[in-house]
Amino acid sequence: MTADALLDVRAVTKRFGGFTALDQISMEVRAGERFGMIGPNGSGKTTMINCISGTLANEGGEILFKGARLDGKKPHQRTRLGIARSFQIPKPFRSMTVLENLGIALEYATDAAPGEVRERGMTILETIGLAERAGENAGALTQIDMRKLELARAMATEPELLISDEAMAGLSSTEVDDILDILFKLNEGGITIIMIEHIMRAVMRFSTRIVVLDAGRKIADGSPDEIVNDPEVERAYLGE
Amino acid sequence: MRMPALKLSAFWICAAVVVLLGIAVTIFDVFAINTFIYFAAYVVLQYVVLATAWNIMGGYMGYVNFGTAGFFAVGAYASVALYNLIQAPLALMIPFSGVVCALLGLAMGYLTLRLRGVFFAIATLAMAIVLETMILNWDYVGGATGAYILREREMAPFGDYVEFLFFVMLLLAIFAVAVARWLERSKTGRGFGAIRDDEVAAECAGVPTLRLKLIATTVSGFLMGVAGAPFALYVGFIEPSSAFNLIYAVNAIAMPMIGGATTWLGPLIGALLLGTVQQVATVTISSELNLLIVGVVLVFFVIVAPEGIVGLLRKWWRPRKWWRPRNDR
Repeated sequence: MTADALLDVRAVTKRFGGFTALDQISMEVRAGERFGMIGPNGSGKTTMINCISGTLANEGGEILFKGARLDGKKPHQRTRLGIARSFQIPKPFRSMTVLENLGIALEYATDAAPGEVRERGMTILETIGLAERAGENAGALTQIDMRKLELARAMATEPELLISDEAMAGLSSTEVDDILDILFKLNEGGITIIMIEHIMRAVMRFSTRIVVLDAGRKIADGSPDEIVNDPEVERAYLGE
Repeated sequence: MRMPALKLSAFWICAAVVVLLGIAVTIFDVFAINTFIYFAAYVVLQYVVLATAWNIMGGYMGYVNFGTAGFFAVGAYASVALYNLIQAPLALMIPFSGVVCALLGLAMGYLTLRLRGVFFAIATLAMAIVLETMILNWDYVGGATGAYILREREMAPFGDYVEFLFFVMLLLAIFAVAVARWLERSKTGRGFGAIRDDEVAAECAGVPTLRLKLIATTVSGFLMGVAGAPFALYVGFIEPSSAFNLIYAVNAIAMPMIGGATTWLGPLIGALLLGTVQQVATVTISSELNLLIVGVVLVFFVIVAPEGIVGLLRKWWRPRKWWRPRNDR
């Protein structure tokens, strides 16, 4: 492994009964990287995220974040360490306003003093482009705004690593560009990003490095150009 | 320099006025003609405590507890056991019952921590039945035949002992509401709300969901136990089927629903309203009518005002939350 790996996944295995969702997957994400993770449906992408964020426990292998093992740490502890994620199907706190959604993350995952919560929350909402929705009920947002809220709430935990789980699925192409711009901006701010996506155009444009999963195995790892020309990736997506 | 101690909120002024009224009403025997008023008011206040306690889990956190009667009865029986053991006075029974039920709540929290929704509700109901069976077979506290606690006839300066118990329950009700109100406005309370809305998202936003759930079950259990502590003294004779009566569980759910489950005010309004209606109906119409009233009122509110009375009021009056943006509304 390299010394500057922010996230180091070593031979992680996850089984659901007899089904092996992740089979000895290893990968490294370096600090500041824009890391793409792709693969057909059911290839184990979301399972991988769940293992990293701690909502699932991996059976084999280990995951290191900044050199320290994550095993046994609860999701909220991992959040405090600096790993944030957004959800594929948005999970806003529906009884709260947009700003209050961020307030939960700021209060629980950061050391923000009570007096700073509003201001810090608004700063994040401005970065994401959701400031004018701050007082609205989170449950009443449009799809694109809910995706943005997912990212904003993840950002409110002040992460070093942001995992974006299909933040663009189902959005129009201008909306996809919108989200991409946000992710680029966050990355420029120093946050390492793992992007999981089906929209190839977005992943290829965004990622500096891509890992391809297929049926729980890693079949490719390289730059976007290398991935596009990889025969095994082609086979996984198009068949033989 | 600001003096925060002098900043009395409307809540505490109201609480003080209510306490003073309670003292006046009991000492000067305003209802001397008929002590049943105190007897009935005690029940209403007891429901304020139970509904408020239930709401900490059910309303704030979205975990529906069907075992209120179990907690209430364990609180009552803990007092009986302590009385049999050392002839403890009421002042000792109340904290003792509270602690016993807090531990019970903690245990329930641990045992059910993987259960959600309907499964959690069924587990709590089952727990109440298990507890009832245990008490039924525990001779030390009377078993199936029940137990007596002999109470004083009078308690100076309140006069009749029931008047004294009424005043004690009044203090407990204020205590319960104050605890719920404080929790609701704390970081913990906001965490409860996040759990209610989405537990996985809450955990990933940094909320220690397990710890918060255990806090809720423990505090809620404590308050339910406290409500049950004076029960044996109040009725004079306690037996399992009355202490474990399902009506406690049903009312503890119905009252916050009717009042509005997301704030401390909801269970208070719901309990005062529904509790009083039940007491009046018991005297004027029939004691069997209670459950029917609960049912009809509940159906009415679920259809007309799903967010309860407080939800209706919210349309005109909305409390300011400190992290709402300044220009909001």
